[in-house]
Order: sequence, then C-alpha cells, then structure tokens
Amino acid sequence: MDVILSVWRQTGPNTEGGFVRYEANNIPDHASFLEMLDIVNEDLNDRDEEPIAFDHDCREGICGMCGVMINGQAHGPQLGTATCQLHMRKFKDGDTIRIEPWRADGFPVIRDLAVDRSAFDRIVEAGGFITVPTGSAPDANLIPVPKPAAEASMDAAACIGCGACVAACPNSAAQLFTSAKVAHLNLLPQGQAERYTRVVAMVDEMEQWFGACSNHGECEIACPKSISIDFIALMNRDYIRAKFRQGRLAGQR
Amino acid sequence: MTTLDSKVPAGSIEDKWNNHKFSIRLVNPANKRKYSVIVIGSGLAGASAAATLSELGYHVKVFTYHDSPRRAHSISAQGGINAAKNYHNDGDSIYRLFYDTVKGGDYRSREANVYRLAEVSNNIIDQATAQGVPFAREYGGLLDNRSFGGAQVSRTFYARGQTGQQLLLGAYQALAKEIGKGSVEMVNRSELLEVVTHDGRAAGVIVRDLLNGDVTAHSAHAVVLATGGYSNVFFLSTNAMACNTTAIWRAHRKGAHFANPCYTQIHPTCIPQSDESQSKLTLMSESLRNDGRIWVPKAPGDHRPASDIPESERDYYLERIYPAFGNLVPRDVASRNAKTQVDTDHGIGPLRNGVYLDFKHAIDRLGEDTIRERYGNLFEMYERITDDNPYATPMRIYPAPHYTMGGTWVDYNLMTSVPGLYAIGEANFSDHGANRLGASALMQGLADGYFVLPYTIGDYLADYLNVDPVPTDHDVFTKAIAEVQDRTARFLATKGRRSVDWFHRELGKIMLEECGMERSREGLEKAIREIPQLKEEFESDVKVLGANESFNQSLEKVGRVADFFELAELMCRDALDREESCGGHFRVEHQTEEGEALRNDEDFTHVSAWEWNGPDEPQTKRKEELVFENVKLATRSYK
Amino acid sequence: MAHTDVGKRASVKTRRKRPFIIEFYSSDVGKKWAMALSGVLLLGYLLAHLLGNLKVFLGPENVDLYAEALRDLGGELVPRQSILWLMRGGLLLAYSIHVHAALSLWWRNRKARGSVGYQTRSTYLAATYASRFMAYTGATVFLFILFHLSDLTFGGANPDFVYGDVYANIVATFERVPVVILYIVAILALGMHVWHGTWSLFQSIGVNNAKFNKWRNKLAYGVTAFIVVGNISIPLAVQFGILKL
Repeated sequence: MDVILSVWRQTGPNTEGGFVRYEANNIPDHASFLEMLDIVNEDLNDRDEEPIAFDHDCREGICGMCGVMINGQAHGPQLGTATCQLHMRKFKDGDTIRIEPWRADGFPVIRDLAVDRSAFDRIVEAGGFITVPTGSAPDANLIPVPKPAAEASMDAAACIGCGACVAACPNSAAQLFTSAKVAHLNLLPQGQAERYTRVVAMVDEMEQWFGACSNHGECEIACPKSISIDFIALMNRDYIRAKFRQGRLAGQR
Repeated sequence: MTTLDSKVPAGSIEDKWNNHKFSIRLVNPANKRKYSVIVIGSGLAGASAAATLSELGYHVKVFTYHDSPRRAHSISAQGGINAAKNYHNDGDSIYRLFYDTVKGGDYRSREANVYRLAEVSNNIIDQATAQGVPFAREYGGLLDNRSFGGAQVSRTFYARGQTGQQLLLGAYQALAKEIGKGSVEMVNRSELLEVVTHDGRAAGVIVRDLLNGDVTAHSAHAVVLATGGYSNVFFLSTNAMACNTTAIWRAHRKGAHFANPCYTQIHPTCIPQSDESQSKLTLMSESLRNDGRIWVPKAPGDHRPASDIPESERDYYLERIYPAFGNLVPRDVASRNAKTQVDTDHGIGPLRNGVYLDFKHAIDRLGEDTIRERYGNLFEMYERITDDNPYATPMRIYPAPHYTMGGTWVDYNLMTSVPGLYAIGEANFSDHGANRLGASALMQGLADGYFVLPYTIGDYLADYLNVDPVPTDHDVFTKAIAEVQDRTARFLATKGRRSVDWFHRELGKIMLEECGMERSREGLEKAIREIPQLKEEFESDVKVLGANESFNQSLEKVGRVADFFELAELMCRDALDREESCGGHFRVEHQTEEGEALRNDEDFTHVSAWEWNGPDEPQTKRKEELVFENVKLATRSYK
Repeated sequence: MAHTDVGKRASVKTRRKRPFIIEFYSSDVGKKWAMALSGVLLLGYLLAHLLGNLKVFLGPENVDLYAEALRDLGGELVPRQSILWLMRGGLLLAYSIHVHAALSLWWRNRKARGSVGYQTRSTYLAATYASRFMAYTGATVFLFILFHLSDLTFGGANPDFVYGDVYANIVATFERVPVVILYIVAILALGMHVWHGTWSLFQSIGVNNAKFNKWRNKLAYGVTAFIVVGNISIPLAVQFGILKL
C-alpha cells in the first residue's frame, strides 16, 4: 500500500520544528507501524536525509518505549494497542497520516518524535515502591492476598509507562499513570505500611510536572493496556484520607 | 591450552554456597560507603544488583541506554519464574530443581552454580512478593504455580503473561527507592562504549551520552556488566531492537574470556516472519504448548488451507516421535523438529515457513471460554499481528533466536577473567549449560543480582580499602576516550552507500542459516569466510548520516553492529570447534541414527572460554573442565 | 547526565510547612476535592432553588409565601433575613472556592501542555463536549448569574421589578422573548456543566465502587434532566400563557 506521511521533524530540544511530507510507497499491509517508519527511514538514508528519530525497543507492546500521536490519537486508531503493535492494515491505501510526538510540558521533545519521559521516573522515585531491603522478606505465602485484590493490583501493575495517558489528556495530566502505580502497591497487604506516605509523595511529585485531572476519561481509551480510571478515584481517596489522617493511627484498620 | 579456575568451593554440593559465604571476606558496614561500584544495564540482574549494593551501603552508579531503567528487555518475559518452593506438595525440592536444570542444560553447566541458583530461587519469590509483585493467586489467597516447559512439577510462579514485566518493575522500584534517596546515581540514555582496565584490573568505563554525544569516563572499584544476551546477532530475534553485545564484547577485548558463544537458544513458538521488512520476531509464550497440538500436512508441498486438510492427512510429528513428552519436549528439540518439517517442504503459511499450533482439540475438550481464560491475551496478540483468528484457524509458529546461554566467562563469584569486572544475568554464561529451561532466565538474573553478587563482590573489594579508584583524568581513561571518539568519527566519515540495517540483516541471514538451529562443518567454514568479507564491506560502505553531537539512532546502531560482526565470527569458530551436539548447539555431523543430538562427553565436557589476542589474531580457546559429582551424565531422552 | 533540562527541575520536598488545609488545597487533588464539595453544595442549592420556584405553578400566593418564608427563616429567634444572608454568604463562599479552584486548575492545565501544543486536531473518544467545555459552560453560568441576580433578586435588569412580588416579577421578565432565549441557553450550559460535574465529583472525592459505579451516570442524567426541564418549564409556561398575571 501507499500512504502519505506528515511527520513532525525537530532537530533538537531547543529548536523549532515543523511537519515534513513523505511518501511511503509499497508498504506491506502486515508491516507494523514502526516497520513502516523503518522503511521510510531506509529510503531517507538512501537519499542522504537524516532518518526520523523515534523511540522504540521491544516491538511487542510491553516495554513502553514507543508511542506517537497518529492522526491526533495516542498510539493510533486501534484501541488497547501500543504503536509497535499497530499494523498498517488498519490504514487504507492513499491515506494521509499525521505523526506528532507526545506533547506535554513534562515530556519535552528530544528530537523528531522522541520525548523525554524522565518525569515518570521521578514520580516512582518519590514513593512508588515498597521498602523491603533485599533479604528481609518473609515467606511469600505468609500473607495471603485475596484473589480479587491481587487481580486488581495486577490490572494496575499492567501499566507500561509509555505516557499515552498524558499525551491523550486534554490537560496533559498524569493521573492515570500515577494512580496505576499507587494502586498497584496500595491494593496489596504488602503495601499498607507506606500506603499514605506513598500516595502523598507521588501525587505531590506528579503535580510538579503535569496538569490536573478533569475526569475526561481520554487516558483510559488511549491506554494500550486499557487501565481503568477507577484507579484515579482510588488514588484521590487515599490522598484525601492521607491528608486528614493521623499518621500514628496508621497501624489501625 | 591452560585450564581456568572456577573457584568452586570445596564441600558437598549442599554446603558449598553456605561455606563459601562464610569463608569469603566481608566489608565492614562502615567501610562500604568508601567503595564505588558501576553497574551497566538496568534489567532484572542490573537493577536488582544495584538496589541491593546500594542498600548495603556501596556507592552505586548505574548506566542504561534506555530512557528509563524500567524498559530493559527482561520486561518481555511472559511465562514465569521457577522456584523450588514445593507449595504444591508434588515432590519438588532444591535438589530436583538443580537436577532438572543440569539435565535441561544437557550437562554443560557448572554444578555448583546451578545448585546455588536452585537454593536462592526461594528467596527470590519471597523478595518479589514482599516488593508487591502481583503473582497469580489461588482462591485462598496463596500463590499459584503452574507446570512450565515440560517440567514434571508445578514450580513456576507467574503474573498473567507479564511475569518479566512485573519482576522488572519490582527490581526497578527497589532501584528507584535508592535513586530517590540519592544513594544510586542513575544515568539514562547513556551507552557503554569501552571498558577500561588498569594494572590488569577493571578501572571503569567510557560511556556516550546518546542525547548529545558527550563521551565521558567513569571510574569505580568494581564494574558489573548486566547487559543481557546477544541474540540480535541474528538480526531477526525475539530480543528488543536495542539489545546488543557491545558491553560484553568490549570487555572481551579487554581480557574477559567469552564462554560458549555458540550456545544459543531458539524458541520454538514464535510467529513466522512475514517478509523482508520485518524488524523482529514475536514470541508466543511456551505455555501454549500445554494445550496446543503441533502438526504439518503429511504430504510435502500440500498448500491447502488447514481446514481442508483432513485429520488423516495431518502429521502430529512431535506426538509421533516423542510419545512420552509429545508437544512438551524441550525447546531445542521442538525447534529442530520444526525446522526439519519446513526444510522437507512440509511448511505452512504464505511463505511455507511455519508449522501449525492447533487449539481445536483443546477447545472441543475444554470449551472456548477456558482457552480464552488461559491464553486470551496471547491469542489477542497473535490476532493483532497476523490478522488471523486463532480460535478458528490454527496458529502458525516457527522457532526464533531468543536467548543466549553463552556469554562472558565468570567464576563462582561471578567475576570475569578481569579482576574487578563482574558479569551477571544473561550476560554471563554460567547456569544454563547448552540449553536453558523455561522460566529460569528470570530466576538467574534475580539470583545473581539480589543474592549472589552482593556477597561475592565484597571478597574482591576487601583488598582495596582506602585505595581510591583510578582517577578519570588518568592516561588509561583519556586514551580510551580518544579511541571511542575516533571510532565514532570513523563511522561518520565512512559515507558509504548502505544503511546499518542492511548490513545487520545480511549478517543475520548468514548466522541464521549457518549458525542457527543446525550447524555443519561446511556451513560454519563458509560463514567464517563470509563474515570477514561482509565486515570489510561494512567498514568501507556503511552510511551513517547526521552528527555525533545529537540524538543519532543510526550512529548508536552502527557501533553495535560492528561488534556483532566480531562476535559472529567467534560464534562460528566455537560452533566449529565443538565437535558434538548438545542442547542448543546441534551439529549435523553428530547425531544419532534417529536424528537426536549426540554429545561427546569424553572430549567436550568442558566450557570453551575464548581469550582475546588482539584484532588481528584469532582468540585462543581456554578450557574449564566440568566435573559432575552429583548428576550422572546421561543421554537426554524425551521419548 | 543524559536528560534534557527537564530532569533538573526542583523536586517538591522543599515546600514550606503551612496549615494542613491550605497545604491540602494547594494540591490539584485538594482543589478538585474542594470543587467537588462546593459543587455538591451548589448543586443542592440549585435543586432547592428550583423546587421552590416550581411553586409558581401552584399560583402567585404560594410562591410569594415561599419567598417570604425564606426571608423570615429563624422566625423571632434571629433578626429578620439574617439566616437568609448567612445562607447567601455560605453560597457565595462555596461559589468563590469553586471558581477559584476552577480558574487555577484551568490555568495550570493550559500550561501543562507546554509551549508547543498539538498541531493536529485531537481525536477525542471518551471526552465529551460537556467535560471539555466545563470552563466555558462555567463562565456562561457565571455571566448568567450576574444577570439573573440583577433581574430577579435586585431588579436592575427588569423595568417592571417590584420588590417582594416574586410571581409578578417572574412573569414580567419572561414575557420578554430575548430574556427567555438567554435563559434557555444559560440553562442548557448549566445542564452540561451539572451533568459532567455530578458524574465527575465522585471521581474527585474518590468514591468509587464497582457495585454502584453504573448509577453515577444515571444519577447525573437524572439530576441534569430535572434541572434543565424544571428551569426551562417556567419561561416556556410564561411564553405559552400558562403562567400569567
């Protein structure tokens, strides 16, 4: 198939960017979206033009490295799918495809379609962990975890940290990412000791980088793992509780 | 040919690790902060080691070429992680896990290491659970296990199809905790381009900042390589695009012996290649073989669609050849048999490059809902990639390079032949012998990182109390920086005609054909002739546009591919040297009358560790004899 | 270290210690919580206001008596109108918090997109017009309230205004077609605002339970329908001559 691309090109973080039009011809329709970009890049390289920079790695939808806006949609038209798992058969011959990087103040553009998502690391570093130094863990079966709780925690933990939630959010908010990280640990018995300090630290850090939630729900649709915005409510609840709670009673249920 | 000292401690297999922990030197807690350690790579092994070393009090600096430590390719492991917990009361034990792993490795691994791995496997599960890894649970709230990769006991812990991701997040979060405290310095988007040694010891590393091309030197008391495997030498593999051999290859060039490079694992259940533009192969979890049946048409060249081929004209070849294990034979056996079918014109699919994995019988027996519950996400993934509905038509699968058992040679302490330089996880060669069992890669990465290296590194460091690391303005560093910059400049100045990917793809084709699932003397000799030719062409005709000073992905790739060329040649020479078939290494000259792998225990019960002799001379083989005191060598049989 | 200058931005831990409620309100989650709570108050007011005003259908005496009862709340125990003014004060406070939080979040969210926004129109799949235009419907409602107060509370915008004669004032103002149109537009904006707000406030205060989540939407529809239909019925009734002097 042949498609026409309109790709955001920008040489560095502090330079101006703009769209450049490319013709991508003879693209096999079972090629993935990123393989299509590979073909375009080979062609650019042959013509002595610098290839389009884009982040990618595992190409099986789990590492969270890839992600671009495709025709105004984070990760493109197929729901619940990362860019690397989107295939060209979802487009029609002759389509024009506009490709832009994630846009957010917290995700500055590095080059072309690649952005810096270190802000997500800062949020996790603020409290997205359970403090259990190596060697200090009790037997794994000592604390039973009710199956529904384990399942819900796993639903949240499925987050791949790609940033599509921020990209798709009209407010550039990172509530879905942060709440998934909070819920993953706060839903488990193992995470209870740090539950309230965790949520406060992570939310406060998040707010340094990203916008606020207006409950649009756009993040949930854009999420390649379809993580539910129910976790945002959960995070809000824990944050509010944390603020009104006496720390010294944290050991009580 | 000198033999290598593996430093395996004396004593019975059960006591070795315990005695060793007691006999090696410790670093006093107050002194630990006087030491700095560099960790390269932030996957399961790297992140777990860095977090643990930092918890102990060492200064740790971690480098990754990813934008975040959480992206490392450990994340892609689907199936699970083994541990000898025996929660299912089915007779599992540390000894059985040890035994299965040695046997699965086709008796080419070091007994003492494998036993230690089995021993600490239980601590890993405890640690991960306490970190909040949401392993699958039963209705009572206790951990669930499944049987995996042909094991006769249920010892595999899993988190849906995302076990690697969840374990990596656990290790990453432990690391993030230390970064947040300021005790680990994390450097993202920076790639190791040289290992620096001084006085025969590891002194530090040279890294290039991928965003702005800055080349900087970093020194420490010890350097740990946790940089994964080299399956991408085949171009098409299940590895992530950026996986490479550069770190361990640079270490090899600085004196770290490279062990068993020809031991590569080809995973039997991947989606077949669809065309030339394909960039990587996608693995479907091995668990699919628990319920799927593998078959091809009986008649060669039968191109009818699967639904038109009646039951009587289908050949369920694994069930036919291996009645006892059937579709659950180990990976190497399943892979080789698939290749045989395709090579004899029984292949299916548009390119005749696959075999069927059929769920029809399982659906008839268990119902579609049960199958959906077990494999729903895998089926979805398959459908997304191929546009075929596996509930209705059989899946097409074909083996793909997946894991490399070979790697940097390390002793029992995980130290390479360069003092102060360590290799952990897939980057080393130690625990899997010639073939790795399912669900044990995650186990090894975490065992090395959480429970082995943090102890053994102290034994080396103890000697260097109050000795400062080599300063980064020392000659060895400035020279190394200049070399790295020079290499980069050379790539940019070549201005040839062909892209880096083109050369990588051509190299991959040679390697897959001659050094893949089946190797022959003739083929390997041909490859050893062709690879240097292609390399020469690469050096004079590769085209890398752009500059060093910006984010330049072609420039990143070209250095990696250059190192793959050298590695590829060594892999072929190792494969040629190893006149036997074992595990993932199958030489057509060495097979039984029934076409099974034929080991040569008399001449090859050893590790081949290759020593670098400079760029113009081939490596010298050094041996580490493998001694089996506990497991009796036997022919692996899955009939 | 490899990152763009973004990685160097200061962390939050240096924030000065302030009274916890201000600390809480200074966070976005706290502001959303304040918006949700003030929203509930305002919504309660809207419902009470509408229920009271629907008394116009029961006749002039009824609605005038209702207005008088409001002024006389507390009876002989307190000065006349004091409770009413207290309520008005509370309402004004809630409204001010609601607007302040809304404006500061709106400003933050605009900045959060960064200096170069999307150059391609975003394809929205989940976000509704109601959610995306909250700021605009809110502003519309604000302007309308100014008019509404001067029209029916203080009388400045209504030439036939007679203090205390509620029924007559209502009929007088809604006999003017432009006012009716303005009123309907404003109520529709209010309806959109209330619809998203009612659903959204449960998220903001973290009330989320799979067992009753599906009712949140139904509740939002119910409340919105009641407020829109109820409020619009009055000017239409005047226009169609059902309510007359």
